[in-house]
Amino acid sequence: MTDEPLLRVAALSKFYGSRVGCDNVSFDLWPGEVLAVVGESGSGKTTLLNCLSTRLLPSSGTASYRMRDGQFRELYRMSEAERRFLMRTDWGFVHQNPADGLRMTVSAGANVGERLMAVGDRHYGKIRATAVDWLSRVEIDEDRIDDEPRAFSGGMRQRLQIARNLVTGPRLVFMDEPTGGLDVSVQARLLDLLRGLVTDLGLAAIVVTHDLAVARLLSQRMMVMKDGRVVESGLTDRVLDDPRAPYTQLLVSSILQV
Amino acid sequence: MPTPLVVSDVAKSFTMHLRDGINLPVVAGVSFSIKAGECTVLGGPSGAGKSSILKMLYGNYAVDEGQIIVMHEDGLVDLAHASPRTVLAIRRQTIGYVSQFLRTVPRVSALDVVAEPLVERGEEREAARDKARALLAKLNLPEKLWALPPATFSGGEQQRVNIARGFITAHPILLLDEPTASLDATNRDVVIELIAAKKAAGVALLGIFHDHEVREAVADRIIDVTAFAPGKLAA
Amino acid sequence: MTDIATYNFAYLDEQTKRMIRRAILKGIAIPGYQVPFASREMPMPYGWGTGGVQVTASIIGPDDVLKVIDQGADDTTNAVSIRAFFRKVANVAVTTDTATATIIQTRHRIPEHPLTAGQVLVFQVPIPEPLRFLEPRETETRKMHALEEYGLMHVKLYEDIAKHGRIATTYAYPVKVEGRYVMDPSPTPKFDNPKMHRSPALQLFGAGREKRIYAVPPFTDVVSLDFEDHPFEVQTFDQPCALCAAENVYLDEVILDDHGGHMFVCSDTDHCEKRRADGHRGHLAPETHTVPGTHPASEKMEPAQ
Repeated sequence: MTDEPLLRVAALSKFYGSRVGCDNVSFDLWPGEVLAVVGESGSGKTTLLNCLSTRLLPSSGTASYRMRDGQFRELYRMSEAERRFLMRTDWGFVHQNPADGLRMTVSAGANVGERLMAVGDRHYGKIRATAVDWLSRVEIDEDRIDDEPRAFSGGMRQRLQIARNLVTGPRLVFMDEPTGGLDVSVQARLLDLLRGLVTDLGLAAIVVTHDLAVARLLSQRMMVMKDGRVVESGLTDRVLDDPRAPYTQLLVSSILQV
Repeated sequence: MPTPLVVSDVAKSFTMHLRDGINLPVVAGVSFSIKAGECTVLGGPSGAGKSSILKMLYGNYAVDEGQIIVMHEDGLVDLAHASPRTVLAIRRQTIGYVSQFLRTVPRVSALDVVAEPLVERGEEREAARDKARALLAKLNLPEKLWALPPATFSGGEQQRVNIARGFITAHPILLLDEPTASLDATNRDVVIELIAAKKAAGVALLGIFHDHEVREAVADRIIDVTAFAPGKLAA
Repeated sequence: MTDIATYNFAYLDEQTKRMIRRAILKGIAIPGYQVPFASREMPMPYGWGTGGVQVTASIIGPDDVLKVIDQGADDTTNAVSIRAFFRKVANVAVTTDTATATIIQTRHRIPEHPLTAGQVLVFQVPIPEPLRFLEPRETETRKMHALEEYGLMHVKLYEDIAKHGRIATTYAYPVKVEGRYVMDPSPTPKFDNPKMHRSPALQLFGAGREKRIYAVPPFTDVVSLDFEDHPFEVQTFDQPCALCAAENVYLDEVILDDHGGHMFVCSDTDHCEKRRADGHRGHLAPETHTVPGTHPASEKMEPAQ
């Protein structure tokens, strides 16, 4: 454990004209920590995620990331080249819809290997061996390595997307509803897999979800958002077991019991 | 004996925003301390706030007022106002907790559920599993269940997994929320034995035991929680 | 002279030529970089080499000697038409002889005869963007070039090896120019890729429909992309040219009859004819009575009139 956070976010806001995307969000994220951002559609959680991952530029506020050399860099002052390099080496982004994060017309092996080739790996045999290893880690049979993700089920595609993101050993992964649109049994398998990978690799992650069960299983900390603002934040089990804000109480009381 | 945990003037209430914001006071003026090598028991009828106190001490419930001072990593930390990150560190290193019910994770075996807290503290996975095996054997959990996820276990089996998970580490403070509620006499005795061992190792224990026999066997001191009823403070 | 009086020299107006020359100069200054230009309508359909024709028209002068080849051949429709076009609109000398040409416009080949300093090779390019088949968005491919994000190019080669056990791309084989830009060498066979590397001739590329010009200045590094364990290799042929017995040249398959008869002959017709004129004979060469050292009738230099 280091004493410095990986990501420092201060007073981040994004406005779409007069509409609020997210408003005055601040938090620190430490290495190995999983932060869940929960809230209903339109609460600004995806806007926040897109700002943090530099896919969107915020209207105001700052976010600093501790680079591998230990220096903090202000994300929105980096050049696009630096940001894109960061995104394909030290970061991952898992989309809700795997088709947004995969190349659907190239093989599973190439999908996993692309980031390696992007950072300069030029040995086919090694790239392929790494791809095989990662496919097995996300529980995809080795004999599917040359199949295109078009031929994969939703759960497999999502697992492939995760492998594609983690192959360069990122330190921070953004996830946007990673289990959205999957069957419950497939969700459970994916969550368990994610949980294991996050622990084994010591990843820090920011997970946007509307599913409180996903938040409880994956995250140590959570932020509850409503109308672009953070209405409550804290330890995940504290927020879920002793919700304080009216909106959090509504969310928690709305969970269906099985 | 050192006093690793001091609670002073802690108050807790629930505000029910969905019911017109009514305020339900739970406890107030909670002040006590626990000592290393002792088992302190929270006593009082159901609804007196015993579980709430335990949950506040674990950071699981927020604290409205007061302080919870914990000896953590050679310093004193106020758990009531600590950052989430500090609370997590305290849970990892200082305060262990055996909850009333096991919260299961899909697809994780009973053995790994038990070994996990050790792995989180940096132990080798196989060494942690060895200790988990020993503890599960001691608690008479049939070996054929070890590799299975506990979701489908009976209440008593789940509770034994839960106890093993709580007792496997060497946390200096251990909170026990009715660990023996669904156990048979044999396993109850095993738990009593485990608690005695913890005491001998200098662990400060704080527990809730409805089972009279167990309470008699383990308690060094009983704190009557009704003394912390919110109304009493005004009196 | 009467029939060319209606056109400006080399068909294009001088403003257009200046615009294209500026694009060419920029392309030379940034080897491998695709320069957008305002491609004009030409009196021939897209796909017939309108990009190459505009480049040639912009650089050609009255003293130039032009050679035009299509898949290595001087005598196919496309080559003949473009040669005739420039004879008509620029009244320049044309030739089939690689060595004497000052400008060689080509579709899909680089001549076998080594090019020399002062010569200009003009390629007709259908799709200039090497990343296009993997990334359909122009905004994204431009950004990838700008930021030198070329991992995707190797994804394509990876797919080849995964599917075929080797890099099966045989033409339009991507190259890296001067260690910076990845470039599509136009649909030339990869056999010709090594000829581009540090070539003494200036190489210009024009894509009319896609409105792009790019260039490789003389003596520029042109390196074919590959993997350490699957290095770049050119095609090899297990037999020499059936007509001139040349080896280590690029061969075309020619169907002789409808009973499966075929032969492999030089794709570079000028090279093949010269070799035969010099007395080299392949196993299917017809009995002719050419005197060694004299040029065959089909090869000629037509001076400007």
